[in-house]
Formats: sequence, structure tokens, C-alpha cells
Amino acid sequence: MKILVCISKTPDTTAKIAFTDNNRKFAAEGVQWIINPYDEWYALVRAIELKEKDPSIVLHLITVAAADADAVIRKALALGGDEAIRVNADSQDSFYIAAQIAGVARDGSYDIIFTGKETIDYNGSSVGGMIAGLLDLPYVSLAAKFDLAGQTATVVREVEGGEETEEVSLPVVVSCQKGMAEQRIPNMKGIMGARSKPLKVLEPVQVEPLTEIVSFELPPAKKGVKMIPAENAEELIRLLHEEAKVI
Amino acid sequence: MWKCGNVEMWKCGNVEMWKCGNVEMNGVGIVIYTFTYFHISTLINFFEFKIIKPMSVLIFIDHTDGHFKKTTYEALSYGVALARQMAIPAEGVLLGTVTEDISALGKYGIQKVHQVKNESLNALDPQVYIRIIAAIAESAKATVIVFSHNSSGKAIAPGLSARLNAGLVTGAIALPDTSKGFLVKKNVFSGKAFATVSIKSPVKIISLNPNAYPIASGEGSAELLNEQITPETSRVKLKSTSKSSGEIPLTEAEVVVSGGRGMKGPENWGPIEELAKLLHAATACSRPVADAGWRPHGEHVGQTGIAIAPNLYLAIGISGAIQHLAGVNRSKIIAVINKDPEAPFFKSADYGIVGDAFEILPKLIQAVKKLRGLA
Repeated sequence: MKILVCISKTPDTTAKIAFTDNNRKFAAEGVQWIINPYDEWYALVRAIELKEKDPSIVLHLITVAAADADAVIRKALALGGDEAIRVNADSQDSFYIAAQIAGVARDGSYDIIFTGKETIDYNGSSVGGMIAGLLDLPYVSLAAKFDLAGQTATVVREVEGGEETEEVSLPVVVSCQKGMAEQRIPNMKGIMGARSKPLKVLEPVQVEPLTEIVSFELPPAKKGVKMIPAENAEELIRLLHEEAKVI
Repeated sequence: MWKCGNVEMWKCGNVEMWKCGNVEMNGVGIVIYTFTYFHISTLINFFEFKIIKPMSVLIFIDHTDGHFKKTTYEALSYGVALARQMAIPAEGVLLGTVTEDISALGKYGIQKVHQVKNESLNALDPQVYIRIIAAIAESAKATVIVFSHNSSGKAIAPGLSARLNAGLVTGAIALPDTSKGFLVKKNVFSGKAFATVSIKSPVKIISLNPNAYPIASGEGSAELLNEQITPETSRVKLKSTSKSSGEIPLTEAEVVVSGGRGMKGPENWGPIEELAKLLHAATACSRPVADAGWRPHGEHVGQTGIAIAPNLYLAIGISGAIQHLAGVNRSKIIAVINKDPEAPFFKSADYGIVGDAFEILPKLIQAVKKLRGLA
């Protein structure tokens, strides 16, 4: 069995968000890059758990990014996985990224393709569904649990106000969220081992992006907090009703 | 004279003349007709006929347990406003069966609802849905397809985008600017910034953030079209569904009451639940609370949990770490109650109270009861 986990690099959760180039580019200078938490904690760790249970599973990681993502890929390999693929392209268009991954997966005969439910930078929540669409595979989104029995997966997905338990035969594309697995810290053995794992670099296939970010902006600053003395707490309800008009 | 679609033919003596409307579309969906007159013999060699239908905005009608979701009304209001802006009709697409009156959706301004009335479609399989919606989008000449950015939209819209080669913007927060191209504003960096995204493909897909666009309704009735499409066999089997104790879904709630570690233990959630009930609010919690098992994971809001954008987020005993803010900073109003005056959350709040949650909560409950005429 072969599993492919899609990895994206994102700014650290505490990174300062600012823009340059007339608000057209994210100000990346000095920013600490991490593996997108949904890709790492949920998609990758769950795939590693499956491989620990069944060592015959071949686990590949893939990212679509320029060479500056190699450090993040090595971090992911330190957690687990047999080898990594980097498609050498830089794009913010989900369709372009999905088409690159689909291009690799089309020949790779993967049984399961895991993605995080979204990235914490562009919040697209799109790449997994697009890969499934391009490869015409079943897609289970927002998975909170994933279990395998032979060629059948049982997936619990979170929907508004509840959960759905679904059964799907492989191959399948799954987007992962909280509940799938717990965050792990790579150990020294993993970090040393990651250095010698193969990292294949592929050139991108020719695809036209369908969207383009033309500008960024920051939300207007909050006006400042209105403090209410604790002994007069009822006043909060009056303000929320009469001033803010939200209750 | 004989007429079929946009192609007209008539006879002048022994000569058959044809008038053929060639249709072009520009980026905002205005149809320009140019006419050519020519003899039938040249036509056979050089021209193909197409029956021209006006373009439309197609809106996905999401439902659960036989009822339309609240986000459906938001998507309808948004899609209809967009269709008016583009001077084209708005239509709905509904897969599966509902117990509600479908024609009443005309109140939101749509003229037609394409329904595939098949109970198997009440369970959502994106692969099956995509084929059907793609077929209906094609026959309805949909130039924009609108979803809600909820669990259904996230499941279907990306695959549909891939199938139709249609650019997708997820999590839109405002109507597109169609004056120069097609520009859609969305949240990025987990609510810490906005991006304006240009969709460059002829067909465009937008998914609208829940609680980002007001519901607007008037008078009207929609024509129901029963689409005869047989769904293919699904490879995803829905085994069971479970409801989280019947309250309002977190992402749809207009008011959210949330508790953090300051609540000290799961046994203390009574007042939060009571206040939430009085405010018709959903309950939420911070990550440490979910991780400790005090509350279900489905209530965790934040960077790695659920991102919400209610009208009011009332946070009790939550310090407001940056990861928590990433899930709630799109809330219109944030009110914070914390015993620590240095809690970072106060910096992002609109209203704040420094004090003991266990003393303040009963006062708030009393005040809401009074407001609602219950005490």
C-alpha cells in the first residue's frame, strides 16, 4: 500500500502578518516557516501511525514549492515517511498546486492521499478536493478519524452540528482535521535519519493558474476595548443589546 | 419566417437567407450579438449552430434532515445580488429531497430550482454530486456557481472547480467587484488579513463564508424543474450520523458563548450553557479545555480547531493566545471576561470585564432574563 501526504509550508502561527510590494506580497523576511499544522499534526501523523501498524506501507510526502521549502520538508521527514517529492514551483493558486500533485499521483498509484483540511495562510480548503476531482477519486473532507481494514477505510467527518461515519473503498483522497492524531515532536533518531532520506525534485507540469491574488490588506484596527466594572456586569448585556446590537 | 433559437431563416424568392447571431461574452457576462446575413450554401461550409441561452448564476441549495440550512439563505441572497449586478438570472440546484416548500425559495430572488429528486443524494458524496452539478451548470449556462463555505461546500466546490476548469475562491466575504474583471475578497492568514483574488476562467466558483452576508428576502416563487439525472453508484457509504446534543451548529451561530481554562473544570459549564441557551447561542471552548476532555473536540475554536465568525463572541476564562484568536478574530463583536487584567484577549476585544467568572456569569444570566422578559 502507498500513501501520499501533501505538505505545505506556512508562516509560524505567531508570525507577524504584513505585506510588501504595494500590498501584493506577503512580507516573508524574518518569518519562521513551519509545516502547515493541519498537514503535520493530523495528515502526516495519522499516516505515520498507519505505517507503524503496517510497516509494509510506503509513505511519500509531497510539496509544491521552491527550494526554500526543503528545510520544512526535512522537518516532516524527521517525523516519518520514506521519501519526499518537491515539485519545483511557487504558486498561490490551489488549482495549480492540485494539478501538480495530481500529475505525480496519477503515475504513483497511491491508495490514500492525505491533505490537511486547509492551510493556515491562504485558508483555501481546496487542494484535496481538487486532486480528487482531477483524478476522479472519492473525496472525504474534514476527517476527524480514519481507520483502515484491508482496502476499506472508515472515516468520521465533522459536519455542522454533528458527525458522519462513512465507509469508502480505496483509493481515496482525505482532508484531515483535529481528532485524526496528536501532535508529535521529532526525536533525534528521526532528525538524523531525515538527512539521508531521498528528496526528489520534479519540474512542474504545464498548467494555467485559474486565480491570482491581486492585493492584500489588513483589517482595520479595533477601536479599543470598553471596560465594564465587575460589580456592574449587567451593563455588558445592555451594551451588547443597545450599542452593539448583537443580542 | 422560421426561427430556432437565435438562428433565423427566411426566403426571398428562391434564395434562402439566414440570420445567425454570433454570441460573445465579456468578463462580466454581457452578451453581444453580431449578425451576419448570408446564403444557405456558404453556411453549410463555414458555420455551426448553437442555441443560445442567457447565462446564469447557479446557487447550491444545501439541506440537512429535510430542511434548508441557514447558510443556504445566505448563499441565495448573495448569488441573487451578484446575478442582479451582472444582469443575468439566478437559479438554484438542489440534490436530494426536502420536506420544505421548494418554490418558496423564490422569495430570495431565484427564478428556477433544478432538483434531482433522488433520496440516495441525501447523503453527500462529492464525486457523485460533482458530475450532476457540472451537468446542470452546463445546461443552465452557469457563469458563476455559488456555495456556502461550510462542510458541503468544502466537499464539493474544489472538485467541481477541477472538473469545470473554473477558478474557485473559498471563504468569500463580500460581493465580487465585476467592474474590472472578477475580483473576490476573502479572509486569509486565519482571519488576520484579507486578499482580493482575481478569477481568470470563464466559469467561476465562489464559496461564501457563513455569517458574512445578510439574508434578504421579498416576494416570489421559483419554478421547480425536475432534472432526470440518474446518480452514479456512490463509492462512499454513509454508515451513521450523530448529532451533538441538538444545539445550534457552531459555524452557523450568530452568538457564541465560549469557556476556557478559567472555568476550572467540566462540572462548571452549567452557567455557560444556560447563558448560551438564553442567547440562542452555540457553546465553544479553547484548545486546553478540549484537550483535557472537559468539552467535545467539536467545540474547540482556534487555529487548529474550528474558525468562526459570529456577530458576538463571548469569551469567559480564555486568555486569548494568538492561536485562539486566529479562530475567532472574524467575530463582529468580542466580549471578554477574565480575572487577569493582563490577559492578551482584552487587546482584541470590544468589551471587557475583569473579574471572577463565577460571580459575573449569574449577573449576566439575570440581565438576559430581564431583557427577554423572563424575570
